[in-house]
This record gives sequence, structure tokens and C-alpha cells, in this order.
Amino acid sequence: MTNKGELTSIPHKILEEAFKAGVSSEKERAGTFFHIDQATIYSKVNEVFKGKIELMDIKDALEKYSWLSEYMWRAVPKDQDVFTRKVAENFSGGYFMRILPNTEITFPLQACLMITQKNLEQRVHNIIIAEEESKANIITSCLQHSTVENAAHLGISEIYIKKGASLNFTMVHQWREETTVKPRSATVIEDKGTFVSNYICLKPVRDVQMYPVAYCNGENSKVSFNSILYGHKNSLLDIGSKAILNGKGSKAEMISRAVTREGSKIIVRGLIEGNAPECKGHLECKGLIIDDESFIQSIPELVARKKGVEITHEAAVGKISEKEIEYLMTRRLSRDQAVSLIIRGFMDVRIMGLPESLNAELSRIIEIAAGT
Amino acid sequence: MESACGVLSLSRLPSLACKDFHARKRDFLQTPKGLLFVTRRAIEVTMNVLEVDDLKVKVENRMILNGVSFELKSGESHILFGPNGSGKTTLINAIIGLPLYKVLSGKIVFMGTDITAKSVEERAKMGIAVGFQNPPEITGVKLADLLKLCLGKTPNEDFSEAEKSLIEAFKLTDFLNRDINVGFSGGERKRSEILQLLFLKPKLLLLDEPDSGVDVESLKLIANQIQHYLENSGSSALIITHQGEILNYVNAKYGCVLLDGKIHCFSNPKHIYENIKKEGYEGCIKCEEKTLERW
Repeated sequence: MTNKGELTSIPHKILEEAFKAGVSSEKERAGTFFHIDQATIYSKVNEVFKGKIELMDIKDALEKYSWLSEYMWRAVPKDQDVFTRKVAENFSGGYFMRILPNTEITFPLQACLMITQKNLEQRVHNIIIAEEESKANIITSCLQHSTVENAAHLGISEIYIKKGASLNFTMVHQWREETTVKPRSATVIEDKGTFVSNYICLKPVRDVQMYPVAYCNGENSKVSFNSILYGHKNSLLDIGSKAILNGKGSKAEMISRAVTREGSKIIVRGLIEGNAPECKGHLECKGLIIDDESFIQSIPELVARKKGVEITHEAAVGKISEKEIEYLMTRRLSRDQAVSLIIRGFMDVRIMGLPESLNAELSRIIEIAAGT
Repeated sequence: MESACGVLSLSRLPSLACKDFHARKRDFLQTPKGLLFVTRRAIEVTMNVLEVDDLKVKVENRMILNGVSFELKSGESHILFGPNGSGKTTLINAIIGLPLYKVLSGKIVFMGTDITAKSVEERAKMGIAVGFQNPPEITGVKLADLLKLCLGKTPNEDFSEAEKSLIEAFKLTDFLNRDINVGFSGGERKRSEILQLLFLKPKLLLLDEPDSGVDVESLKLIANQIQHYLENSGSSALIITHQGEILNYVNAKYGCVLLDGKIHCFSNPKHIYENIKKEGYEGCIKCEEKTLERW
């Protein structure tokens, strides 16, 4: 089941593409998981973290733990839409990650979901359980091999944050211009739990549509959704995030940076719903439009159902300031160099509130993605 | 400069020099070392860094500069005085070529090349640099990265020890990882501007109120560093100021007053400054012009 050979046994060309999407050497990771096309081909926990985390294919995990079936389709409804129904009918696997109680995982866990076959509809179901008082970072890279054109990815992710646990979940998408991507994710957060969801999409893609939801059910639970979206070459990105604040004193924060150019469309949705006293939320969306062929729309929604709820939002979409471009040009940059520097600065990973080491790593991923 | 020049015969000088010789007659009458001084000036005038000739500039349908002419010689610095709204910033922004500042007529010549139609980038690459009065905030772009760009370095290259000391002297070490100008005080912005210019090593510095909003200590530091750079590089500067303090540190040869879209008087900047304090800008011009007429 779990360990299926060494990482080096994965074909070089596949690894190379995975590295471009943020996958790192397994020595620098607490655990590494690879699901390619319809099969999990690699799943291994770093020796240093054995006994602190579990990482395996979801189908293996369902065999191993009878209780796990209770977590399947608990956060995401099976009949939410046509895509969830398809995955419920039939799926090829996915990852099961569990961070054991009272453990702190200093290295990030990594998962790579990859498509290498033309016309494939990849269907995966992932479950993450952050047990009580645990602390971890996960980086998942979802990508398509550069030689494959047409494909679809349907991914269900259900994440459970137990009491006092803290999880940073970063997802990097690197699809192709002909790919349709429909992830369906939901997270349930218990008392004093913290969930940070970061989403980075920099490569052109035909159509990504997702609206992950976090249920802050626990008292003083917290969720942050951060996204960096770069729409180019006729991409369509319809990206939302939803926070349902059911726990007393729960909090939500959403920050997004979106850049659209070359005929791309970006829709940034955000919904914060305050259903309990003393809950707070803030939504911030900033968008840059580079040319007249592109489109950007920000749709913030704030809902309050109890006295004492405090939810705010700020949104701004527009062009790059000429003053900034000209200023950089007086420092001997060409207009193109100035625009690129401003865009890169605008897509600043520091909005994600990650540890400095991960910031540096994500900056590196953005640099590589922007340069390829 | 004088000792390095030796003696040159006037007949070998280009026509521009001869024209200028007559225009600046007063310089030659004032010195007992007549011939030697003629030679030095003659050499200098062959090295105009900047010539602005009858420049008319419009900003958003408003005429701001209405025929400005002056020249700036290699190694010289000029101080530009003038009331708020008189067009000082417009002049500097037109010289660097910001598109909002439309040149209707006249020309700008830098180091012998007409740059009136050149882009901002071209002008900057030729060696003109501006320290802005109100530089923009750029979110996500770190000061360190901009300074490295000014030095011609990539973001992965480190600062040299000498560069680090200068950053420290400018009290900007703690700002290196901060976004440009975001949350910077007025004085911090000015220090950052001047440091960028020093790293760019320009032939011509255009400084728009480098002393406004700057504390006494920082002003001394900024002004001394500017003077040090000008002395060592032989570069020139055009400095806008409303205050006299900077004149105690920067050795500027001439001052002038911009009023009604035109430049008035070229004389001792300290004298002009004192005069403005006493008589106001308009009074100062009348008085200075009378004094100059006597020459």
C-alpha cells in the first residue's frame, strides 16, 4: 500500500514538472505523496516524522480505519453538484493525511496530483485530519504534464481541524490551457482551531471554478482564505471562498490579489456569514487589469444573523498606476520591466501569513512559474 | 579646476564657447586673473550638461512653463527657488520626460544630445536621475530590490560592504525588506530617494525639495552626501528648495527664481534666498534684476 518505491523511481520528466509546481526533495518534507492519473504511485513519511503523521492513499486508509468512512462526504455533500456526484460514483484515490494529537510538524507535507494522459478525467477524494492541538503545513501541487492538452480534474477535499489544531494548507495549481478544473472542498473547524487556506494559480487554464467553504463551528475558531490569481492567455478563473461563522467569537479573513490580462476573466467571490455572537470577518480583494480584452469582477457578500457580528470588506479593481510605472522607469527600468516588477510585487506571498521559510519557498515557486 | 586647465587660446574654442564668452562678460571683468579665468570658463562652457531652451510645458491643458531657458555646466549645481505652484516640479518632471508634462515647444539638450522626444527610460539610462518630492508607494516591491536595480544588480546579488555602510549611514537598513515608501515618514522617503540616486551614479541630479519634511540631522546627512557625490563625480545638480539650510552644505554656484512660468536672475543662491525672505519672490526678482543690470 503506502510506500511504493523511491521518489527517484518516478520518471525524470514527471519529477521535473512537479518541481516547477512547488514539489521539493522529500528530505525537506515531512511526507510526500504522488497521485498520477488514476493511481497513487508514491506515499512516504519522512523517517524523522514517523509516529507524528500518517500519509497514505485514501483507499488504503479506508481499509485500515473503519471509522474513516464517517469523514467521507461529511463536509462536502455528495450531491452538491454534478462533479461531486461523479466522484462519489467512482474515484481513483487521493491522499489521506492525519497529523496526530499534540504534534508539531516543522517541515511541510507535500502532495502532488498530476495528469499525464490526454482526455483524462482525474477524480480524487482527499481527507485531512488535524488532530487536537496539532500544528502542520501542507503544500499540494496540482498539475498537468506539459505534453498533455485536454483533461479535467475533479477533486474533493474534506479537511477536519480538531480542537486547538492549526493547519496551513497551500494549494498551487499549474494546469494547461485546455484543462477544466473543479475542486470541491470544505473544512470543519472546532474550538480554537485555525485553518489557513492559500491558493496560488499562475499558469493559464481553460476554466477553474471553485468555492471552498470553511465552517467555523468551534468557539474562537479561525479561518483565513488567501489567493493569488494570475489570469493570462484566455484563462477563466472563478474563485470564491466562503466562511460560515457558527462558533461564538469565530473569525474569518479573506485576502485576494488578482491580475488579469490577455483576454482572461477573473471572478473573485467571497462570502462571510456571521451566525454567532462576537464573530468577526474581513474581506479584501485587490485586482489589476492589464488590457482591454480582459475582465475582472469582485463579488463580496457579507451576512450577519446575530447582534454583535462585525464583518467588513474592501475591494478595489483597476489598472496599474502610471505613476508607479514611471517612477520605476526613472530608475532605468523599461516599461515592461516596471510592469512585471509591480505585478510580482502585487502578487505578494506575504499576504498569506505563512512562516518566513515558506514565504521564501512560495516566492521561489512564483518566480519559477512566472518565468516558465 | 583652474590649476588643471592650463592655458588655451580662445581661437581654438568652439563657437558656442565664444558666444557664451560674451554672454558672461561679467565673470571676466570681476577677476584679476583675467586670461586664466577666461580659459577655465571657456573649457567649462564646452561641457554643458543640460541646456533648456525656450521650453513651454503644458500639464492637463494648463500652461505651466512659458519659455524657460537656462544651462547647467558640468560640475555645477543650481538652486531653483519659486513660490508654490510656480512650475518648479513641472520643470524637473519635463526634464526627466514624464508623459503628463507635455512639451509644446523649445528643447532640452543633455550632454549635447537633444532629448526632448526621448522616453523616461532613455533619459534615465543616459544619466539623468530624479529625487521626487512625493515618490509613490509600491506595494510588494521591497526597497532592497529597488536599490539593487539602481546598482545594476539582480535581486539575488548581495550589497557590497561599502553599499551596506551607505545604507546604514542613511539609516535605511531596517527598511530594506519593507515595501517602497509604504508607511515611510516624509524624511524616510527623502533618505530613500537620495540613496537611490547615489546608487544610480547619474551625471545630472534633479532634486525636488530634498530637504522638505526632513529633520535637521537627516538634512545634514543628505546634503553632505549629495555634496560629496557631486564633488567626487563631477556631476551636476538642479535643486529645488524653499529653505536656506541646504545651501550651507551643498556648494551651489547659482540660484534662480521661477515665477510666471519663466526663470529670473542667475546669481548667488544665498543672496537670492536672503532677498526672497526680505522682499518676497516678486520683490526679490525686481531687486536682483536691477543688480544684474549694473553688470
